[in-house]
Formats: sequence, C-alpha cells, structure tokens
Amino acid sequence: MIWINTKRIIKLGFVNFWRNGLVSVSSVLAMTITLFAIGSIYLGSNFLNSALNEVKNKVDISVAFKLDAPEEKITALKKDLLLLPEVEEVIFSSREQELFSFRERHKDNAILIGSLDEVGNPFGARLNIVAVDPNQYEKISRFINTKNDPSVGGGNIIDQVSYKKDIVDRMSKLIEASQRLGWAIALVLALLSIFAVFNTISLAIYTSREEISVMRLVGAGNPYVKGPFMIEGVIAGVIASLLSLILLYPSVIWVRDVTTGIYGGINLVSFYFTNFGQIFALLLGSGILLGLVASYWAVRRYAKI
Amino acid sequence: MIYFDKVCKIYPNSVALEDITFTVEPGEFVSIVGQSGAGKTTLLKMILAEDVPTSGNLYFDSMDIHKVSKSKLPSFRRRIGSVFQDFRLLPNKTAYENIAFTMEASGRSDEEIRSDIPHVLELVGLGEKVFSFPSQLSGGERQRLAIARAIINQPDLLIVDEPTGNLDPISAAEIIEIFKKINEIGTTIILTTHNKKVIDDLGRRVLTLEKGRLIRDDKTGKYAL
Repeated sequence: MIWINTKRIIKLGFVNFWRNGLVSVSSVLAMTITLFAIGSIYLGSNFLNSALNEVKNKVDISVAFKLDAPEEKITALKKDLLLLPEVEEVIFSSREQELFSFRERHKDNAILIGSLDEVGNPFGARLNIVAVDPNQYEKISRFINTKNDPSVGGGNIIDQVSYKKDIVDRMSKLIEASQRLGWAIALVLALLSIFAVFNTISLAIYTSREEISVMRLVGAGNPYVKGPFMIEGVIAGVIASLLSLILLYPSVIWVRDVTTGIYGGINLVSFYFTNFGQIFALLLGSGILLGLVASYWAVRRYAKI
Repeated sequence: MIYFDKVCKIYPNSVALEDITFTVEPGEFVSIVGQSGAGKTTLLKMILAEDVPTSGNLYFDSMDIHKVSKSKLPSFRRRIGSVFQDFRLLPNKTAYENIAFTMEASGRSDEEIRSDIPHVLELVGLGEKVFSFPSQLSGGERQRLAIARAIINQPDLLIVDEPTGNLDPISAAEIIEIFKKINEIGTTIILTTHNKKVIDDLGRRVLTLEKGRLIRDDKTGKYAL
C-alpha cells in the first residue's frame, strides 16, 4: 500500500508540474539562478585557490652571483642549501645559460641583442631555490646571507638575492580578500535567489490553496495533499540543476579566455570537465534540497485547512 | 446519525448559530432553508469539521466530531460526501482524475478506480466527458461531476450546499432527481437551499433557520419563508 501511495503521489507531482506550465517555468528559472550562483561560488573559489597555489609555486629565491664567483664555491653553497630541510629544490644556472635565456627572451629586440654583443656576457651564474613551504623563504634567505658574509667566514660571492616574499604576500592577501569578497557577494546573491525561489513556490501553492481545501474536504490525508507539491519542487530542482550545469559551461569558457593571459596554467574548462561529477552532484543535491525545503515550507504555510 | 446538541457559533461581530438542537436519522433526506446569513453554510461546515462550535456538541453516530484528532480527520471526512454551489472541483484535473483523486486518497485499488469511475460518470450522465477538464463543462455538468465525486466512496452522509444556486431550472430539476435516487439507495442527505420549488417538489423534512436560530422543523415541510 505504501508503494502504491508513493507511486500515485509521484505521478500526481509530475502531472501537476506539467499542467501548471507557467508557474513551473518560473520556479525552475528562480532555482536556476540560485544554483548558477552556487555553481559559480564553487568554481570561483577553486579557481582562486589554484591561482594562489600556482603563484606560490612559481615563487623562489633567486641568488645572482658576482661575475668572478668561482663555480666550486657556488656548487658548495648549493650542497649546503640542499642539506636544509626547508629546501625542496636548488637549480643551478651557469653564466652561459643565463645569457642564452636572456637572448631567448629578447630575441625580437635587435638593439638589446646588438648591445649585448658589444659588452659580452654581463650575467653572473644563478641559483634558484624552491622551498618546501613558501613561508620558509625568509629562513633560507637568512642562511644565504650568512654564507656570503666575509666577517663570519662567508664567500662574498653573491651579487644580489632576489627574494619575492613581499610580492607573494601581497598577492596572497589580494586573492584571499577577493575570495572573501566573492564569497560574500555570492552568498548575498544566493540568499536573495533562495528567497525568490521560496516566494515563487509559495505563490504557486498560494494559488492552489482552494484546491488544497477541496483535497482536504474529500478526505485526502497529508501525504496526498503535500506530497505532489513536494515532488513538483524536486522536479523543478532537478531541471534547474541541469540548466545551471549547461549555463556554467559557456561561463567557464569565458573566464578561461579572460584569465589565461593573467595566470597561465589554470584552465577552468578542464577543471569543469575533470570535476564534472562533483559539480553535478553539488548542483543536483542543492536543487533537490532547495525544491524540497521551499515547497515543504510553503505547503506548511498554506495547507492548514 | 447526526445529533446537534445546543450548538452555538459566535463570531466577533455576529452570532451565526444559536442553541441549535436536532437529530438526523439514517436514510433521511433533510432540507435546511433560510435567508442568506441565516447560518445554513456554517451548520454544514460544522458537520465537515471545517469549523468548530463556540459551545455545544455535535455527534456523528456516537462520535463527537470536534474531538476527532487531526490524523483521523481525513478518514472521518471520507464517510461524508459533499457537494457545493461553486462545485469545488480540482481545476487542473479531468473529470476522471477528479474522481480518481478521491478514490486514491481513500486507498482504493487501481482496479476499483478503473472499473468504478466510468460507471459513476455514466450514472450522472457524464459518460462522454471522462477526459474533460471542469472548465470545459457546463454548470450542470460540473455539478453532476461534483455529485459523482461525492458518492464514489459510498458515503454514509451526503452534504449538499445550495446545489442548484448556479443552475438553470432544467439542470436544477435533473440534479434533484439524482439526489432522490441516491437517497433511495440508503444514503442520508442534508441539503441547504433557497429554492422554494426544490423544497416543495421534494416534500421531505424541512428545517428552517432564521438569524442563526432553528425556528421550524416540519416532517414533510413546505418552503415556509
């Protein structure tokens, strides 16, 4: 009997959804906006996180050596650095390699290359150091300075230590702030659209209150009166989740096209596809929950006859 | 079957029913007459547990209607069929579905639904209108559909509120004939009306209400107002 009743209630929900045409369409649209906002929050947050990680990974300490710095001293420093637990990787770049990469970077600039030919190789060798954790750059930087200080037996071979922590810190703060702002805006947007969904579904049920009273009078119990409305809410949620999933696709393409120049490496479109299942589950779950809660709330309000 | 015991209904600015006491026996056909605002509809609402008395008690068989718990209210209402002046059909459902909904709500099987509905629609002369929506039916047809829905679960009591109010005289006479037949097979009927001709043609028991008070109870009454 429970199965027959459930089957009947689900069927009534589908028939009502189809016949209520315009009301169903407006519920779906309101929910689509909400789910699109939720999807955008999710994608945006992941995008910013990966952008931040990308930037953090690209940051290192760059040690430029004097032109006359002997290579064995540089190699010794490299060995010392590799012994530090904070250091993940040390990459050595010789004077010739530095010159070569400079030429590569500026091969279109004939004047620059021409003047380079006249002065010879102005670049010293270089060590690029990657830390296990970006927060440890300061410690590594201090270590390098000690090794260079002649007063404590250092080699006095270093020309310059470029330490990009300030940039990283500023960038992290900026990204974290924009993430917070994004979350706040998206949250307000989501709350507003959830309110719109509640109102649309309430309105749909409000217009059916006469029908609800008739159902009560012919002896229909709660499951028969409320059930079909909740099924309608669920159907609207499922359709809205599919629509918002489709709408997100051109949006991620647009974001990718706008941001590839800025961040390189991060491709939101491939993120969308590799995490498709997760995004789909998130939107579908939110859609069903939203539909159920909104219709339950509205039915409770208007079905007290 | 129905027993009103000193029932009063007082609204903030008016008295709808005052000290109403009467009994309706099983199988009776009772008409309630009175001018607009006399309390006829309030009285029917009390029987359907749509409204509660301010004082007094109302019994259906031996059960105090207003002590029925919320969870048992649906099964109680299934023992009563109701027909209203404004039909109160489900507008988004076809004639078939309007009746099917009532049967489904009372837990009838799909086989019963499939076999009984064409039969009851035939009985009220709507055999050809099975898949019509209420908006596609005339006033008389809608009322007949409402009757079909009211009797499908073979209720013990049929409550009929101004059934001919929105109908032309011919349709009204047809509807009353249907009620007579339903009563003949043993269903108790309580009917309210303004229509003098309906009362005179029926020639059954008439209760007369005036300003919320029961002023006459005639066993084979005529329209007295």
